[in-house]
Amino acid sequence: MPGNPLPDAEQLLKALIEQMRPTVGPETGLIGIHTGGVWVAERLHQALKLKTPAAALDVSYYRDDYEARGLRRDVKRSEIPFEVDGRDLILVDDVLHTGRTIRAALNELFDYGRPASVKLATLVDRGGRELPIAAQFVGARVDVDARQSIDLERGAGGRLAFVLSARET
Amino acid sequence: MWLNPANPQLDKKGQLHHLLTLEGLPADILWQILDTAKTFVSTRVKKVPLLRGKSVFNVFFEPSTRTRTTFEIAAKRLSADVINLNVSVSSQSKGESLLDTVDNLSAMHADMFVVRHGESGAPHFIARHVAPDIHVINAGDGRHSHPTQGLLDMYTIRHYKKDFSSLRVAIVGDVLHSRVARSQIHAFTTLGCPEIRVIGPKTLLPAHVEQLGVHVYHDMRQGLKDVDVVTMLRLQNERMQGALLPSAQEFYKYYGLTQDKLALAKPDAIVLHPGPMNRGVEIDSSVADGKQSVILPQVTFGIAIRMAVMSIMAGNK
Amino acid sequence: MKIHIKGGRLIDPRSGVDAKKDVYIAAGRIVSIGDAPSGYTANRVIDATGLVVCPGLVDLAARLREPGFEYLATLESEMEAAIAGGITSLACPPDTDPPLDEPGLVEMLKHRAQNLNQARVYPVGALTQSLKGERLTEMAELVDAGCVAFSQADAPFADSLIFYHALQYAATFGFPVWLRPQDPALARHGVAHDGPVATRCGLQGVPVCAETVALSTMLILARETGARVHFARISSAEGVELVRRAKRDGLPVTCDIAIHHAHLTEMDIGYFDSNCRLDPPLRSQRDRDALRAGLADGTVDAACSDHTPVDDDGKHLPFAEAEPGATGLELLLPLTLKWAEESGTGLSAALARITSQPARVLDVDAGHLTPGHAADVCIFDAERPWRVTPDSLKSQGKNTPYIGHEVKGKVRHTLVDGQIVYETR
Repeated sequence: MPGNPLPDAEQLLKALIEQMRPTVGPETGLIGIHTGGVWVAERLHQALKLKTPAAALDVSYYRDDYEARGLRRDVKRSEIPFEVDGRDLILVDDVLHTGRTIRAALNELFDYGRPASVKLATLVDRGGRELPIAAQFVGARVDVDARQSIDLERGAGGRLAFVLSARET
Repeated sequence: MWLNPANPQLDKKGQLHHLLTLEGLPADILWQILDTAKTFVSTRVKKVPLLRGKSVFNVFFEPSTRTRTTFEIAAKRLSADVINLNVSVSSQSKGESLLDTVDNLSAMHADMFVVRHGESGAPHFIARHVAPDIHVINAGDGRHSHPTQGLLDMYTIRHYKKDFSSLRVAIVGDVLHSRVARSQIHAFTTLGCPEIRVIGPKTLLPAHVEQLGVHVYHDMRQGLKDVDVVTMLRLQNERMQGALLPSAQEFYKYYGLTQDKLALAKPDAIVLHPGPMNRGVEIDSSVADGKQSVILPQVTFGIAIRMAVMSIMAGNK
Repeated sequence: MKIHIKGGRLIDPRSGVDAKKDVYIAAGRIVSIGDAPSGYTANRVIDATGLVVCPGLVDLAARLREPGFEYLATLESEMEAAIAGGITSLACPPDTDPPLDEPGLVEMLKHRAQNLNQARVYPVGALTQSLKGERLTEMAELVDAGCVAFSQADAPFADSLIFYHALQYAATFGFPVWLRPQDPALARHGVAHDGPVATRCGLQGVPVCAETVALSTMLILARETGARVHFARISSAEGVELVRRAKRDGLPVTCDIAIHHAHLTEMDIGYFDSNCRLDPPLRSQRDRDALRAGLADGTVDAACSDHTPVDDDGKHLPFAEAEPGATGLELLLPLTLKWAEESGTGLSAALARITSQPARVLDVDAGHLTPGHAADVCIFDAERPWRVTPDSLKSQGKNTPYIGHEVKGKVRHTLVDGQIVYETR
């Protein structure tokens, strides 16, 4: 909801599940982007009862800000437990902003093989795109002040919630 | 010590700028390297674009095919351009000074030098003289340090043993001449290993080695009791010529790792060797090829460790 | 020229004088201390208020690098450095190229030095031809040419029998023999003290026993032959103790240390600083403390600079490949003062180690201020700090662990034979 600073992540997740339900099938590959996207993908995978196991992607080695900011401290291993070639994939992230993370994810994905199609599902789209990237499944469009960062946190019992903080320059 | 300057390996923000020795590196940098290396081990995607457009110069003043090859593979898997220079053969023999060689190479817009040299302290010397944005990785200097080997050994041990804080480890053989031994000792100490043993004859142990924080054993059977990790060091032929040892046979009898000596260690103890091995001198073939040996995995992990070091350093400004 | 040094604190260790006394110089000699001679009118008055006036320093080891190593330093530059350091008499070791084993070479060196009219140079002749340790040199001829003692510098003997005969021959004439106690085999390839620093750094060590084994042999042979022996550059606690015991047993031996070793230890090597690559190596803290104690109690007779200019090509190398040695002529005084201050040794006693004592070892008329004798004087500001930089050093050797650091003690005037050879503001 525009103007509301802290959307309810659990509500948005429900909305996303219903948006995606008609599209997914037994061969659909769900790929969460570390770290928030992986949490969302796990919940989606569970709720949509998908057959193909969920995958996780860490895009640290494909980011375009390596020169400026160096390597992140907590790089995780990417795990894609299925064949990418010829498959319909859905990338899952928690927040869609400039689109650079998705660009990196696409580059990494294509090093694994040639998918039939790639869609994007995101819990929150905060606008501010710097690349021509769009999500097919969006929990909600939210306006966030440019000086702020909106991040997903996972609390007790796996409950997802958004927090706002000052943005790292 | 009033002449002590700042740690030359770290930049002003305390990040890794050069990797010259494991001594004096904070634990969190070591953990970062080990954790980052994990992401490179057995991934389906062999090549990532992290170092694309960067040049890595392998500057080897001492020949080594295996180490140079692993650094080359590591750099290429990061999409870097790799240039191999066997300086031992070309310019040094023409009398070009080390400094001139380094200056010439710097002028070729290298981003990173991987240096192996026969003299202890040579990479430190090179790091002092290169332009501030060039990174230097020590691939082995004299008997001083082989930091990437130490790191890959730690990675290997963590892979099989998980936790350093309860390990009893032993390093056996020619510790005096071994840069691997020194690097391992520093790493074990920083990562919290409670008991580090060195085992060897007096002629092959350095003066005051206990001051590095190790327990000294001259009796291998005593030293191996209940040990979790055994590192066997390579014994070079020159040691017999320099009156440090009478023969390889006698060394093998008292300090070679055989099945029955290994049996004194814990039943799930692992055996490491930095390679190349002298089968029948410091280690029995049956042990080297046995189920407790992790010598081959060490090699695989070596590539991931070197990728981790390069990718962390190249991003630090 | 009549020079009146006025208002300074006169310290003459040999006579024990430490008081405000003026010095009156004429015709190259000291004519009076304290009161002006009758009818004396000075041509020049040096205002030494707030300064120390002491005998010109006597340095037992300064490598002038001539003949043969002129690319490292020349007689001109190093003699400038000497007087800038307040040194008016210095001994140079025979390891030039060619070594000082021929009377002609010695005469030429003395001649060149004399013409510069700066410090007095006392060459130490080679004990064996070409320093090869095999055949004796014509020691008597060399003494006639101007040598004050004989040594092998850092070169070994071919075997102990030749060493024995060399000492016997020197003893025949009463010629002093200066020996560097280092067993070449035990020190082979060693570049640092065989201790924890060498172990950490992976450097080949020189064990203390390399010094003590040689020292023990030399002491026995000295006693056997009756040779007058001086031990050059003791570096270890055990070494000092061996000399102490020998002196207690009545053996007429003397010894010196390099002033850098009174301050620095193996720890100062740090991250392979080749300015700390010295021969003998910088040893442990315990060794350094014993050297300091020896200097204080007289077991160590003198401190010298062990001046060894090495250029960048020789030092800008990995530690083990770098040439050993440090520049020292201009640091002998400040480092001696530093030792005095830190150890609580009085200024007079400290200055004795670089004036009257080394003069005794050399057996020359120097290192004291006495009416009727040559006016070799050093006038310095004990408190004045200065930064050791390539520009502030007159020597061509800029190689010192102290480069970039501040030291205290600046020479203001140096006089040799009653002439002002150096002065600065």
